Amino acid sequence: MFDQRKLAEIKKQTQKWEGTTVPNWLRRNPERRKNFETVSGIPVKRLYTPEDIKGMGYSKDLGFPGEPPFTRGVHATMYRGRFWTMRMFAGFGTAEQTNQRFKYLLKEGETGLSVAFDYPTIMGYDSDHAMSLGEVGQCGVAVSHLNDMETLFDGIPLDEVSTSMTINGPAPMLLGMYICVGDKQGVPREKLAGTTQNDNLKEFFAQKLCIFPPKPSLKLSTDVIEYCARHVPNWNPVSISGYHIREAGSNAVQELAFTLADGIAYVESTLKRGLKVDEFAGRLSFFFACHNNFFEEIAKFRAARRIWARIMRDRFKAKNPRSMWMRMHVQTSGCTLTAQQPANNAIRTAFQALAAVLGGTQSLHTNSFDEALCLPTEEAVTVALRTQQLIAHESGVTDTIDPLGGSYYVEALTNEIEECAMSYIDKIDSMGGVTAGIEKGFFQREIADSAYKHQKEVERHERIVVGLNDYTVEKDWIPMDLLRIPPHVEREQLARLERVRQGRNRQKVKQSLDKLFGEAGKNKNLMPSIIEALKAYATLGEITEVLRSVYGEYRELIVV
Amino acid sequence: MSTKEKKIRVLIAKPGLDSHDRGAKIVARALRDAGMEVIYTGLRQTPEQIVETALQEDVDVVGLSILSGAHSTLFPRIMQLLKKKGMTDVMVFAGGIIPEEDVPALKKAGIKEVFGPGTPTSTLVEYVKNNVLK
Amino acid sequence: MQVFLTEVTEVQRLVQGVFRGEKRAIAKTISKIENNEPEAQKIISLIYPKTGKAHIIGITGPPGAGKSTLVEKLAKELRNRKKTVGIIAVDPTSPFTGGAFLGDRVRMQDLSTDDGVYIRSMATRNHPGGLARATKDAAHVLDAAGKDVVIVETVGAGQSEVEVVKVAQTVVVILAPGLGDDIQAIKAGQMEIGDIFVVNKGDRENANKAVSDIEAALELNTEERDWRPLVLKTSALTGEGIGEFVESIERHRAYLKKGALDVQRRAKAEIELIEALKQKITQSIIQDLREKGEWVRATDRILAREIDPYTAAENLLKGKTKTS
Repeated sequence: MFDQRKLAEIKKQTQKWEGTTVPNWLRRNPERRKNFETVSGIPVKRLYTPEDIKGMGYSKDLGFPGEPPFTRGVHATMYRGRFWTMRMFAGFGTAEQTNQRFKYLLKEGETGLSVAFDYPTIMGYDSDHAMSLGEVGQCGVAVSHLNDMETLFDGIPLDEVSTSMTINGPAPMLLGMYICVGDKQGVPREKLAGTTQNDNLKEFFAQKLCIFPPKPSLKLSTDVIEYCARHVPNWNPVSISGYHIREAGSNAVQELAFTLADGIAYVESTLKRGLKVDEFAGRLSFFFACHNNFFEEIAKFRAARRIWARIMRDRFKAKNPRSMWMRMHVQTSGCTLTAQQPANNAIRTAFQALAAVLGGTQSLHTNSFDEALCLPTEEAVTVALRTQQLIAHESGVTDTIDPLGGSYYVEALTNEIEECAMSYIDKIDSMGGVTAGIEKGFFQREIADSAYKHQKEVERHERIVVGLNDYTVEKDWIPMDLLRIPPHVEREQLARLERVRQGRNRQKVKQSLDKLFGEAGKNKNLMPSIIEALKAYATLGEITEVLRSVYGEYRELIVV
Repeated sequence: MSTKEKKIRVLIAKPGLDSHDRGAKIVARALRDAGMEVIYTGLRQTPEQIVETALQEDVDVVGLSILSGAHSTLFPRIMQLLKKKGMTDVMVFAGGIIPEEDVPALKKAGIKEVFGPGTPTSTLVEYVKNNVLK
Repeated sequence: MQVFLTEVTEVQRLVQGVFRGEKRAIAKTISKIENNEPEAQKIISLIYPKTGKAHIIGITGPPGAGKSTLVEKLAKELRNRKKTVGIIAVDPTSPFTGGAFLGDRVRMQDLSTDDGVYIRSMATRNHPGGLARATKDAAHVLDAAGKDVVIVETVGAGQSEVEVVKVAQTVVVILAPGLGDDIQAIKAGQMEIGDIFVVNKGDRENANKAVSDIEAALELNTEERDWRPLVLKTSALTGEGIGEFVESIERHRAYLKKGALDVQRRAKAEIELIEALKQKITQSIIQDLREKGEWVRATDRILAREIDPYTAAENLLKGKTKTS
């Protein structure tokens, strides 16, 4: 990209600056620390010049938005055409309560729905299971059967919204329910738009919501990918996630590398079903966190797109450019928010959101400032949504594409992150892939070590968390109104569950569950039989129990 | 006459369906690094399982970690079971996402202290060392 | 006098609780022994006469062989056969921090709600050889509490693990194919102490080869032994071989009962006596020497290179026997 002679000149001048101006300055003003590093341990120099990116080729490494390697953006016009989807993760209490929150958020300007399910639902338990006691509706909405799902989307036409569902083990069931709701509303399946997270691999070492062991979990994820490729073509069957890996304690490079490794595993698994890569790859989507180190995060998103494009083209021989594009959803980081001086969280979220936008995300959730205290109140979630709207309409950053492209630092960092991530991917490949790595406890060890390192840095004041280990206050301002889920919510949910159980055709339920059992034993794609069971109002718990009986339950390999 | 060798035995438990174990693992590691013998239960423990483990292992301390909001139901249950089994000499502390307004009721149920997000591990280590009941 | 009576009553209460199989009594008793509390010896003296009924099985083998998972399967099978089980799982104490992470229990979750199984995790507290000092006595407690089988799972660090022979009647060595050097793992040491060799993760492709490798090594390695060690394959994952595993344990027990058990018991009793003597000597003689200042004097002389440790010890003992 640069003229050799001019580069040599710049190099000479840089050396001169480092040899004279800088030391003179340092004599009177030492720098704040001896070494500067990103969170991932990448050294950060005092200054970046063309010298730092001299090997780059514009077309090869940067290219143009909407064309491989997509470094600068997946769409040709990016936010000039359309802003990212403002998609706020929401869910608590009963389906009715969450339906209200959905409608509120849509009214306030969010442009996509995102469903948070409660723990029992996530683990495939009905609200009245012994393990569900005290958990119903606490961290998400309780959905035990199709009736709950119908209530959840009451008054929301599924051909007018796109919905992301954070669900993994029971993803086939919740997608099945969504499809049934669409059927009832008369929406053709090709028009259903949205995403199921359905990324079971990361559960084993990050989010830990595993129901079944690794092999059957991967099978179920692939069932969903295959089914959508054939029957629900506008649906993103999987959201290959790094968010949870990051929140569990990894650094940015690990987050990226482990996510890409998972992506590789899903592509391989789906190819084994006999599909061609271009038949499904275009609908694979990704989900990352956005943490505090502004430029590291931006570089991470850009490196992510470039690496994935190269992997799809070179490793998997994709031909369609859409098979190579990495579309992502980003959520600002939860674990960087503090219970102390919660107002600061709004500002952390703002910076993180800005980084996600400058990084070119397609969809964004911003956390509420009361994140470390409880579920978000209406006021808090509004501020979080407004954060996105402020960036979109008032900051001007959306008027051009990839404005940081060409920054010596950002490009150097993007290159560095790519290199570090690829080194991890090679290592994982040599281990035998993600499933082998999970069995060996590789990811768990890396994450636990990074998490412990971070904790120690904070405790030794090597890493400052404002309001927590510095700039603390005696009397903190804590919001008085927290969103609490009262006990009657659980009682109501159980009553509804009982009504549904009583009101359905038991014969049909039994037949459909038996059929599912049979199909599971024969290793078939389970989506059709799951949908059939759901339409008979078999509950989530009943369906999951059938699968548990076939696949067994996962036992965590604990690495501390 | 003989040298007594006592180590503090701690059970770090994750009651209920909450799957966030980053904090629990860090606490387990920190207590071990401080010379204690630590048993971590893993995820998705029922109150019965936690108490049974505490009983058989004759732990001095139980640390409960929860971020799901189910503490109001699960913690009193655990404390009741401990009492029933005669384990009132076990010191129980808790951490995670537990709103301030819930803390008095938990303390009344027998939880000695509740530590919020951001508590340094050194604080926890000191607390455990100074508050073991046995 | 009053205090003494209260102590005895508490100890008596605990011991009675152990005999009745009460979990809290078992737990407290093991703790007192582990912590070397003053009542520990009294407790052992009351418990010892009631020991000798349980079949004590030692489980050893390199890390990664799947010991804990296999122990869980073994315990479940024993429970199916109506046996009560005690498990002692040992993990290493960090020599730097003195702390330990006791992570075996978590791999036996299925047993946590079975009243017929008692699990206790122990840290080595820097005792060498793969077990804790108190493991032997903890096994006695579980024996006296009426457990039919007591399983002792060692740390699993490899070849240095020979303490298990002192505690167990049947020693099982668990290996897994592809853990690196299979033959290394079955070198001298473990070759000689194993009564039963189990190749776990038997669903893996090189499992059969591992079995034949071990059988070959046994041919070469074992001197004349009455008992020919058994070699079998299991898969904790699929449940394959667990039944045979239990049967092989019972076969060894039957063999022991025919007479070898008495020989073994005598040898073990002697070992226990030696251990107890060592402990007593350490406690009483050394304590006494410390109090009289002779300890420090001797150590100073050793440091100054005036005398070697063996001569110093001899002098101290001569001095002891003179004054006693």
